[in-house]
Amino acid sequence: MEESSGNMRSSEPTAAMKKVREKTAKKRSKEEEEEEEEQIFNFKDKPAGKEEEDEDLSDSEESVFSGLEDSGSDSEEDEKESDDNDDEDDDDVTAVESKQPKQTEEEEEKEEVVGGVTEREEEEKKEDEYEHDSSDEEDIRNTVGNIPMEWYKDFPHIGYNLDGKKIFKPIRNKDELDDFLDKMENPDYWRTVHDKQTGSDIVLSDEQVELVNRLQKGQFGDVNFNEYQPSVEFFSSDVMIHPVTNRPADKRSFIPSLIEKEKVSKLVHAIKMGWIKPRRVEDDTRGRFYDLWAGEDSSILGRHKMHLPAPKIPLPGHQESYNPPPEYLFTEEELALWEQQDASDRKLPFVPVKFSSLRQVPAFSRFIHERFERCLDLYLCPRQRKMRVNVNPEDLIPKLPKPKDLQPFPTTQSLVYRGHSGLVRSISVSPSGQWLASGSDDGSVRFWEVCSSRCMKTVQVGGAVKSVAWNPNPSVCLLAVALESVVLILSPSLADRQVVQSSERLLSGQPEADTSDAAGPVIWSDTEGEELNQGIRLKIQHPKAVHQVAWHAKGDYLASVMPDHSSHLQVLIHQLSRRRSQNPFRKNKGLVQCVSFHPVRPYFFVATQRSVRIYNLVKQEMTKKLQANSKWISSMAVHPGGDHVICGSYDCRLSWFDLDLSTKPYKMLRHHKKAVRGAAYHRSYPLFASASDDGSVIVCHGTVYNDLMQNPLIVPVKVLRGHVITHDLGVLDVTFHPTQPWVFSSGADATIRLFT
Amino acid sequence: MGGLQKKKYERGSVTNYITRNKARKKLRLSLPDFRRLCILKGIYPHEPKHKKKVNKGSTAPRTFYLIKDIRFLLHEPIVGKFRDYKVFVRKLKKAYGKTEWSAVERLRENKPTYKLDHIIKERYPSFIDALRDIDDALCMCFLFSTFARTGKCHVQTIQLCRRLTVEWMNYVVAARALRKVFISIKGIYYQAEVMGQLITWLVPYQFSHDHPTDVDYRVMATFTELYTTLLGFINFRLYHSLNLLYPPKLDSKAECELKEENEEDYALNSECYLEKLSALSASLARMVSSAEEEEAQLDQFPDEMSTNLGKREQKEQEAQKKLFDGLKFFLNREVPRESLAFVIRCFGGEVSWDKSVCIGSTYEVTEETITHHIVDRPNASTQYINRYYIQPQWVYDCINAKIVLPVEDYFLGVTLPPHLSPFVEEKEGDYMPPEKVKIMALQRGEKPAQEQEDEEEEDEDEDEEEEEDDNDDEEEDEEEDEEESEEKNLKKMEKQRSQVKVTPGKMKVENPERLEQEEKAEEKRLAIMMMKKKEKYLYDKIMFGKKRKIREANKLTAKRKAHDDAEKANKKKTRK
Repeated sequence: MEESSGNMRSSEPTAAMKKVREKTAKKRSKEEEEEEEEQIFNFKDKPAGKEEEDEDLSDSEESVFSGLEDSGSDSEEDEKESDDNDDEDDDDVTAVESKQPKQTEEEEEKEEVVGGVTEREEEEKKEDEYEHDSSDEEDIRNTVGNIPMEWYKDFPHIGYNLDGKKIFKPIRNKDELDDFLDKMENPDYWRTVHDKQTGSDIVLSDEQVELVNRLQKGQFGDVNFNEYQPSVEFFSSDVMIHPVTNRPADKRSFIPSLIEKEKVSKLVHAIKMGWIKPRRVEDDTRGRFYDLWAGEDSSILGRHKMHLPAPKIPLPGHQESYNPPPEYLFTEEELALWEQQDASDRKLPFVPVKFSSLRQVPAFSRFIHERFERCLDLYLCPRQRKMRVNVNPEDLIPKLPKPKDLQPFPTTQSLVYRGHSGLVRSISVSPSGQWLASGSDDGSVRFWEVCSSRCMKTVQVGGAVKSVAWNPNPSVCLLAVALESVVLILSPSLADRQVVQSSERLLSGQPEADTSDAAGPVIWSDTEGEELNQGIRLKIQHPKAVHQVAWHAKGDYLASVMPDHSSHLQVLIHQLSRRRSQNPFRKNKGLVQCVSFHPVRPYFFVATQRSVRIYNLVKQEMTKKLQANSKWISSMAVHPGGDHVICGSYDCRLSWFDLDLSTKPYKMLRHHKKAVRGAAYHRSYPLFASASDDGSVIVCHGTVYNDLMQNPLIVPVKVLRGHVITHDLGVLDVTFHPTQPWVFSSGADATIRLFT
Repeated sequence: MGGLQKKKYERGSVTNYITRNKARKKLRLSLPDFRRLCILKGIYPHEPKHKKKVNKGSTAPRTFYLIKDIRFLLHEPIVGKFRDYKVFVRKLKKAYGKTEWSAVERLRENKPTYKLDHIIKERYPSFIDALRDIDDALCMCFLFSTFARTGKCHVQTIQLCRRLTVEWMNYVVAARALRKVFISIKGIYYQAEVMGQLITWLVPYQFSHDHPTDVDYRVMATFTELYTTLLGFINFRLYHSLNLLYPPKLDSKAECELKEENEEDYALNSECYLEKLSALSASLARMVSSAEEEEAQLDQFPDEMSTNLGKREQKEQEAQKKLFDGLKFFLNREVPRESLAFVIRCFGGEVSWDKSVCIGSTYEVTEETITHHIVDRPNASTQYINRYYIQPQWVYDCINAKIVLPVEDYFLGVTLPPHLSPFVEEKEGDYMPPEKVKIMALQRGEKPAQEQEDEEEEDEDEDEEEEEDDNDDEEEDEEEDEEESEEKNLKKMEKQRSQVKVTPGKMKVENPERLEQEEKAEEKRLAIMMMKKKEKYLYDKIMFGKKRKIREANKLTAKRKAHDDAEKANKKKTRK
């Protein structure tokens, strides 16, 4: 047929074409599939029995006329059976476009398809041919092939017949009107089909129409074809007498396989060598879980003693509830604060929320996070046993004797001495306890009657008074005043005549021959005139500014302090009766803050910035050096017994030294909030007081026992407040009444107060 | 001099510690494996006292382990298994690469596995030790059992977790061990007392998780591996302590009932059983018949009771165990079924739900004997007369209060009273929400006052009085300053002295009690001054903490008061 259908087809014979097919396996398989399809078709067709010889359409010898019939049936299909064989049509189109090598098969395919579908027509036509032999048109074979017929639009012919002669178009073409008339008049119009290839109209016969109808319904073309024939199984469970194939068995089926042997031996070797393990058998004899602690022995592992179980997660509070009490919800400020804070600073890791019912509670988005963090804690955090101090704070407070039992001590402010206009730097009480002297920055020294707070006398000294000290000898009545670089000796004449006379006598003692100390730094001079009238009796001119004066208990010696970093001349001791001065130290051992005489023994206390040195005046050597453990000593007081010293310092501390015990402070009292400015012992009662810039005077009870083994008992008994803080200065000096448990304090607010 | 030169960092505390990397090298493990080993064996880093010494003079941040711990790990058989696994993975990869499928199959069959039994035994030598540490295990298993069966971890793990948690819940039901429940925003906390140990666990709400990306699931999976083993053994032991069968079997009677009801195929047979168990509606099968056992228990009682206090406590506990005895609950479909069923069954109530919600429902809505119907909607469509319609919070609050609370506050559509945490135990001076006070009064058997508002007002009055007292205290504190003010008065007087005037003086009434108080306060202040530095520091710290606590409590009361006032004002407005 290929030969006959000329121009578009390859001119190879079918045999050759088959060779081509065999070349590409893939294609072949595809084709085989197609062949199968055909076969099925044919198989189904067969029982119809109308066709005798037409077994295999792919068989080329058989379908001599198929090409022609193709053309004929093609057009039919296009018009009537388009829905039935859409696929085939598509295939056709693609096939046309595809390339040469493919064409062969595809043509074949087309051929098959066409053949398959339009068999009935073929048959009929064949019948026509052979039985009636009446149709002329059927003989016309157009060999142009499957091409768009409009290519022949402009020619008088529409193709060539088998002999190569032109087939001419029918002479008269129908126009629209003819067509319409035909439609109206011709009863067979509906079954008339235009054959494009021949240009003629074909009237379908009744059988053909019926066939078309059947195919359109999706039924088989053959009326008598039974779709549901009993199937014949080739391979069934029944044992057949005869084999399916009669091929003799291969030799290899009798001989043991070498390859298999090799494989088995390999496996055997691998098993022997332990490379392949036999399949593991799950031993679930006692189940996955059993009583692990059945044989619970008391012998705990050594390791386990050391084991620290992880702390449990803290239990949730009311805040975490889905419906917490309203007070636990955040206010807006709290929420803002929470959002601002760093995650680690937050008190709660979540924001409390209130839901009105349980069904509204959503999933917690950080649940997995929290669990994961817990996991991390469990295996990454070092664990430590921490001793939690579970003490009652009341137990921490030391048990002290009640202040009530330690009376008497000053408790209330009873008198205020007013009159000074500047801050009162220093005060001193007369040994009789009747008079109080005060020196102030306003350049005056005032004498007060203690009981009445009356100012008895005011002496203008013409300079800020740094220090005043009343002569402790009760038989004389003298006051030492330090101002600028002068020390004045005042005789206030506030005593019996006898006492006044004795003090006069003391002052009138003639100076020693000035031969030895003529060039000494100190100039003693008597006063005259106005000053004398005021009571100033002596002037001791120092080379530098004097900060403090201190009397010896006997009342004859007087020490003055001139603090200076660079000089060894910082302390001078004056003898009043002989008007003699001397510098006890040859070396500068630091900035001297204050000095004091031992009340009974010949010792001399010098407080420098960090330490207190004690000198034996007889042996002329240092006996002790007390380390104050503070930055800057401000004041010092010596216990009347002479064995204890207190030092106030600018770093708020008051240190108590027990000279018998150690050179380190026996106790550091950090009672004050600000710098301690003054400290004082009571002469007879076991009291001491400290004054500070925080405006308070703290009175402590400090019992000193005669038994050396017993340490002094220190109990703060009263905090006295009264002074107003002015210019960051509070109380500047404090001193006790010699006989009564009263304490005087002078402050920066220009007042002196008496607490009784 | 002579002698060997002493080298630095070769003796002393350095020899006790080893850094993580060195430990890893010593064990020849990769970091993930080392991590896994540490998790399984419970090894954690230690913080040396002198870090710089141990760190050989460097201050670089390093993790230190005790060298003893690492030596101990050296003998762990699991280390070998880790290496086997590594080899296995390598072989498997190779087989895949060569497309040797039979080899792949063979390898897979022989996949190395290990058991953690010996580790559990070693970490927890006694059963009580294990029980004490079970909190985290439960939390983790409950979390994993809620995971979806895709990604993140093996399906088997999830199934195992689910099984174990169901077993645990069944045990708690059978032992009636539950003590406290708390619905928080994170999930539901349960606390049970098992063999004298308080065990708390947290169950997330039944929602799907959106898995965070910054979480290492391998770590969690390793923990879960350990925890599932631990929980399994504990469950086994606990079941046997109650003479229950393990793995749990449903009571034969109950089983029959369930079967009748659920004839249609619900799920695979194996899964179905777990589902039935997890429905928690049926009791478990025992090894010995239950009647005998109870008798035995009764015999034991008199011996146990020794002290009077213990007696009372025990009585209370017994009462709590039978809290819901005789009550019949029905759960609507919108309430969390598992939690409520678990809780109600723990306290002896009967519970059921709609058949379509879950397997294992025992009776219908129409049942006449139902006493409480738990609904979480604003209103119920059909209401039966002879039962209470309440919100789920009632059940939880009852359990925490240990009494059956009045149902009025929990009806549908009513604003619920706050749900309080049962874990908070207020000490003196702590803030206690008024609701807690009310509940405590109910526990004592006092009846709530008839008119609530009056009570509230009284409360407020009291509050105000208290506040006044507070003010008084403050005044006392200010006493110190009083002297100063006196001083000022004096000054003024002095100024006024010029115009001499006699004004009638005021009698100063001195309250002896108050004077005494003042005296004591001053004594204390003086004594505090005499404290040693160290003690003073400690004392200050404690006092600071106390003060902060008081401040917080005051803040809460103030907030509450403001809230109540606002509420009241609102009410008045609406009334008008």
